[in-house]
Amino acid sequence: MSELGVLFDLILLGTLVWLAWRLLASADLFKAVVLFIAFGLLLALAWARLGAPDVALAEAAIGAGITGALLLVALRRLGPETERMRRHAPTIGQRLSARLLVGIAGAAVALLVARALLGLPAVAPGLAPRVAEDLAQSGVAHPVTAVLLNFRGFDTLLEVGVLVLAVLGIWCLNEAPQLAPAQPDSPVLLGLVRLLLPLLMVAGGYLLWLGAHAPGGAFQGGALLAAAAVLGLLAGFALPRRWSGLPLRLMLAAGLAVFLAVGAAPLLGGGWFLAYPPGAAKTLILLIETLLTGSIAAVLAVAVVGGRPGEAAASYPPLAEPPVGKETS
Amino acid sequence: MEIRDVLSTVLLLAAVPFFLAGTLGLLRFPDVFCRLHALTKADNLGLGLIVLGLMLQAPSWHAAAGLLLTWLLVLLAGATVAHLIARKALADGQRPWSRS
Repeated sequence: MSELGVLFDLILLGTLVWLAWRLLASADLFKAVVLFIAFGLLLALAWARLGAPDVALAEAAIGAGITGALLLVALRRLGPETERMRRHAPTIGQRLSARLLVGIAGAAVALLVARALLGLPAVAPGLAPRVAEDLAQSGVAHPVTAVLLNFRGFDTLLEVGVLVLAVLGIWCLNEAPQLAPAQPDSPVLLGLVRLLLPLLMVAGGYLLWLGAHAPGGAFQGGALLAAAAVLGLLAGFALPRRWSGLPLRLMLAAGLAVFLAVGAAPLLGGGWFLAYPPGAAKTLILLIETLLTGSIAAVLAVAVVGGRPGEAAASYPPLAEPPVGKETS
Repeated sequence: MEIRDVLSTVLLLAAVPFFLAGTLGLLRFPDVFCRLHALTKADNLGLGLIVLGLMLQAPSWHAAAGLLLTWLLVLLAGATVAHLIARKALADGQRPWSRS
């Protein structure tokens, strides 16, 4: 069994490196994106093999799924841009020197990593024992959630801040183009989406709830909800106009705002930033996680849409296909 | 070896030819419609056999039901995606391959 396991890991490792190389070397951007999605799925498998199902879930949902969709949409919008890029193709000299530079930089990084690895103690206890020791006070029963929301809440807070800033950046650029024709002309797609949307919502809520005592949590649940939103948008559903103003903005900001407020509240009583009052930790973490799930879902979906809500922008090159001939046969 | 393990092994091994044939078809068939056919056949039958084999080893009814649900979802998603790709190919003017 363990030999088979090692063999599997070696094949997985080899495939990952090969995929990474192929996707970087591919001149065809569409091919590179597809390879990137495959890379993300295999990377999720690697995380699962390493015993980190939290990270595996997040990688599969965010790394492969949502980022893949994001790249595909970006590629589509790039459209004729690629032609211009081809005209400005680098000369052989530029290409060789670029390769030389990348080679040197890669070798330097590899040396540094090797040095760091050799310097590690043979048996590193890590922080796991300390986390296990204080788990009872954290308000949740799952060590990863305890670290993310309590012991190292800073990390999560800053991550969410970055996400909200990303939306601000995207919304500064342009109005949202339409992702899909208003009326999807495939009844099969519509049927699947109608079936999948409720399932994805239930699964997203379940992952959020699960985070308190098992692998799961706000990022995983949020990514699933975002996937549901993107699927709906691609099938032609749109956010009603009255929801896309203040309600959407509130949802985008709610996670970060409440996280900041809960984190800053102890300062008033002379406590520490992000130090939850004893006893209330579980309630507060659940509140933050729930709002974070909604915010993360909204941020990821808004990133795929790629613009602030408004009149369906006519200033963009048409993103939606020219209407395919209505099926008559 | 229990009878259940034997049955599992047989089902898992029975799945292999479907995936082999599906991959071969994906690489070698002449047009996008034939390739979709090969690919979805491997997904439907091969994955179904694997899921059956794994269900026999599942620790609980919940886990077995989860596996079954996964297979059903893959079936639905696979069929829908194949339909969308085929439609796009037809709309782009690709004609189904014929021997003549």
